[in-house]
Amino acid sequence: MSGERGARAWRSRSGSGTVLVLLLSLLWQGAWAQGYAGLGTGAEGFALPRPGVALDFPRDHGPHPDYRIEWWYLTATLQGADGRDYGVQWTLFRSALAPGAAEGWHSPQIWMGHAAVTSADRHRFAERIARGGIGQAGVTAQPFAAFIDDWQMSATGDGISDLRLTARGAEFAYDLQLSAEGPLVKHGDAGYSVKSRDGHASYYYSQPAYAVQGTLSLPEGPVAVTGQGWLDREWSSQPLSADQSGWDWFSLAFDSGARMMAFRLRDSRGDFTAATWIAADGSARALPDGAFRAEPLVWTEVAGRRVPTRWRLHLPAEGLEAELAALNPQSWMGTSFAYWEGPVTVTGSHAGRGYLEMTGYE
Amino acid sequence: MTGAAALALLSHWRRQPGQLLTLILGLALATGLWSAVQAINAEARANYAEAAQQIGAAGNRVLTAPEGTIAQDSYIRLRRAGWLVTPVIEGRVRLNGQTVTLMGVDFLNTPTPPATGDADDVAALTPAQILTAPGVLLARPATAARIRGGADLPPVVETASVPPGVVLTGIGTAERLLDRVGAFDRLLLLDPQPAGLPPLAELVPGLTVSQPDAAAETARLTDSFHLNLTAFGLLSFAVGLFIVHGTAGLAFEQRRALARTLRALGLPTRRLVLLVLAELLVLALIGGTLGLALGYVTAAALLPDVAATLRGLYGAPVDGGLTLRPVWFASGLAMALGGAGLAGAQGLWQVARLPILQAPGMLTRFTASARGARRMALAGLALVGLGLLCLVLLDGLVAGFALLAGLLLGAALLLPMLLNLVLATLSRRARGPVAEWVWADLRGQLPGLSLALMALLLALATNVGVGTMVSSFRLTFTGWLDQRLMSELYLSARDDAQGAELAQWLQPRVDAVLPIRFAETRLGGAPGRIYGVVDHSTYRDHWPLIAAEPEAWDRVAAGNAALVNEQLARRDGLWPGRTVQLAPGWVLPVAGVYSDYGNPSGQAITALPALLERFPNVPNQRFGLRVAPARATALAAELRAAFDLPAAALVEQAAVKAESLAIFEKTFVVTAALNILTLGVAGFAILTSLLTLWTMRLPQLAPAWALGLTRARLARLELLRSLALAGITALLALPLGLMLAWVLLAVINVEAFGWRLPMFVFPLDWLRLGALALLAGALAAALPARRLRRLPPSDLLKVFANER
Repeated sequence: MSGERGARAWRSRSGSGTVLVLLLSLLWQGAWAQGYAGLGTGAEGFALPRPGVALDFPRDHGPHPDYRIEWWYLTATLQGADGRDYGVQWTLFRSALAPGAAEGWHSPQIWMGHAAVTSADRHRFAERIARGGIGQAGVTAQPFAAFIDDWQMSATGDGISDLRLTARGAEFAYDLQLSAEGPLVKHGDAGYSVKSRDGHASYYYSQPAYAVQGTLSLPEGPVAVTGQGWLDREWSSQPLSADQSGWDWFSLAFDSGARMMAFRLRDSRGDFTAATWIAADGSARALPDGAFRAEPLVWTEVAGRRVPTRWRLHLPAEGLEAELAALNPQSWMGTSFAYWEGPVTVTGSHAGRGYLEMTGYE
Repeated sequence: MTGAAALALLSHWRRQPGQLLTLILGLALATGLWSAVQAINAEARANYAEAAQQIGAAGNRVLTAPEGTIAQDSYIRLRRAGWLVTPVIEGRVRLNGQTVTLMGVDFLNTPTPPATGDADDVAALTPAQILTAPGVLLARPATAARIRGGADLPPVVETASVPPGVVLTGIGTAERLLDRVGAFDRLLLLDPQPAGLPPLAELVPGLTVSQPDAAAETARLTDSFHLNLTAFGLLSFAVGLFIVHGTAGLAFEQRRALARTLRALGLPTRRLVLLVLAELLVLALIGGTLGLALGYVTAAALLPDVAATLRGLYGAPVDGGLTLRPVWFASGLAMALGGAGLAGAQGLWQVARLPILQAPGMLTRFTASARGARRMALAGLALVGLGLLCLVLLDGLVAGFALLAGLLLGAALLLPMLLNLVLATLSRRARGPVAEWVWADLRGQLPGLSLALMALLLALATNVGVGTMVSSFRLTFTGWLDQRLMSELYLSARDDAQGAELAQWLQPRVDAVLPIRFAETRLGGAPGRIYGVVDHSTYRDHWPLIAAEPEAWDRVAAGNAALVNEQLARRDGLWPGRTVQLAPGWVLPVAGVYSDYGNPSGQAITALPALLERFPNVPNQRFGLRVAPARATALAAELRAAFDLPAAALVEQAAVKAESLAIFEKTFVVTAALNILTLGVAGFAILTSLLTLWTMRLPQLAPAWALGLTRARLARLELLRSLALAGITALLALPLGLMLAWVLLAVINVEAFGWRLPMFVFPLDWLRLGALALLAGALAAALPARRLRRLPPSDLLKVFANER
């Protein structure tokens, strides 16, 4: 709620139809989905992901300024010492107006941070926007550190296996320690993740198994929390095709120790799905288009639109038949680029918890 | 009955169309001048407020550095600590030969991004165009047209959401155009801030937080200007009301018999009063509406000059365009109604108390006795005293204007008594029956004319006062310019590197290269500049000091003392013997005070090395060049050839002077216009008063005619009387005007602008003004005199037969 109030305040401050709103929505929507008006269709000058390129660590933990869009996306499902369930999001987006890095106030690299703390009845979020090239935001690969303003995700050990995660909004803050309990997982074909039948793709890898502990600072007071975290790393220049209107993204950790990443890209010509099944030992199997299916069950009115907040999931290849429900159906990120992002619980053939992200519901 | 009574009352105007015209015109003039001034003020204030809002200064607290600029490091440090701040870089810069205020913001975080209107080109811009090199320049259409086409400039995009005269752009583009990288003027604190942030004092100990109000800042600077205009508007309004009063009074007087007849026929007093009131209301509405139209036209004509003044003198963001505001319309009409009510109150009172049977007294309306004049004089004295008291008790501009108001009104009230004294003296010294009659009759006429004469006195005195101020200022200003602009050539380099190169190249070729280097900082809590000067006789010999200690320049040259400008000295009491804080930990004794006209903010001068020690990065781009005047033009050509300098980079002394004087003239264009209008209104007031008296004069003239004075002689005497009254009033207005000038120069100017000007007198101007007053008197009397000449003797005879 505080987030919504913040967003309203922001909107009222800048008035309706301001350049900034226009500019930012263009920037981020354009970055995600090619084909939006005003930006042309091509990714002129930007590099495009190619299959068969081996990911190289630690270098690829760092930014890829020649690609249009990139993110460091961490979500965590947590249990508080107060007995309540929480979800935490920490995301740093990079969007390039032109390929390449530059120093100073004409750097084409724009950074956007989103952070949220979600409980069953509150969803608090905050946003930061900064230009690259002046030291206000950025990512270094070695030692790993991603930051925007005072928000940071920085390595306390080798690579990205141990991280400290902090963020702060007007009404919340958190400080968490993350420790990886399994290997990095490369999605698709060794990290080359296809996103449409037309061949749009991104580079995509995850660290799906962080043990998390730390403190949430809420207006009610500090809450000690423990739980599990999931980091997604993805970069591309043209991840979506023009016909795709949005996506539904699932990252789930089951009680069995197995994990699943799955997404459904909604397309006027028929949905495109993909999934990665991660066994308890960390070994991963990529599943092709159509193997995973997801059906909305319950729609909720959120921020003036209808969004599915209860789903049925099918992955016959792994015997998955489950129902998924949002911890807080109002987990709306009313940021410059608005979307739904929140913790979920899964019941059925597999029980567990995870995160759901949905974009493009108008 | 009511309808018939109304028709009977209104029929008066059909018989006296001139009177109707005068009444409406008087109201229109009063309302017009007043509402013109109001429109100008409202427009300017609205501009300030909008500008403040548009540049995001409304509501946001700001961080500023006492040393002037904030390093980018400090900004990053605050951001990395969680503080939500956003930088602003601002400066005056020449784009395409036009000086504008360039403001750079971080479009990603600015609290008030430029809004897009329907017709805006901003909406068509892509993020890449706005956020990456070369960026875009956003400006109002008028500003955009001025800067468009400049070489090496980013695309100029028109938008209504940027203040007049301001060019908005991104930080990166502003850094390039201002040639200043990583140094911000201020950081805006955004709302809301996260909780639990480390204190600002620990993160950036050098920076201070303040709650600025750009609108208030501009308003503070320009308040005096607007107050000046308001005072003028009010004066015009008062003078206009004299006209209305005269005419309305006459109309009542002439309809006295009619009113009595109507009452005798059974019309209740209450209804009669209501009818007269309704008539007054309708007339006021007509006159007021006309006045508003007149005011709008006047304001629209004057506003471009006012805007130019405000921009030039204060850097205040004002457009030349005028918007029609409902509030303005309503208040103007209210003034018209109120004014008409005030002017007609006396007439209404008389109608309400009209005795049906009493025979009409001779000149009932004008039987103001000597006791009345004495009472007025006493009130006048009290007002003058009150004005003086205000000056002692209050301070600031308000006190100055209270003194002015007391002086002017008091003097106006004293006028009948003074005139009476003068005329009594003259009549005692008069020889011969005709002369004695002329003076005595004039004294008798005085009460009826006194209001018009007061108006003339005020107009004349204002004219003398304001004229003296403007002329004194001009004389002082030109003299000061001659002293202050000593260098034959003024040179601007592209950047510091070119500046150094130019200085080196020039050294052997000129008598002296005087760097003009200053740090933009805050002096005494307000924006100000510290100049660093080299030791050169140019300063010692010419710099205009109004107060100085011995060896002032030696001490300044050694960096042991500072000179401050008069504004700062008066504002903060920094006279020789005191010390001035130029920066934290940098306090110098004040060795002298220099006059510095045309600049509202504080300044200090010290030695250049001392300045560079504290502010090592002050730009080194502007120079004054001392060279034999005959060589100046040739040198300019050599410089241009050697360094490929743009035309604007080299300015000869004469051009600077001309530009400065142009700004000066613009400043007083409005004052002069209002001055002349006021005098016109006053002349008109005399005319209406004399016309009013005309019909009532017949009973007094008829006996003189019967005693053998010809009509022609009587007419000449009428003219003479009018001239005498105007002349005496003009003579009395002179000392009042000079007093007014002194108050303007020594009180109002000091408060309004921060400088005191020496007073010069211009007797030729007085002669011109005296002639004008006589002309007004003659013109006003000409019409009645002509009428008298042509009056059929039977009309004069009728006086004896018909006088009721």
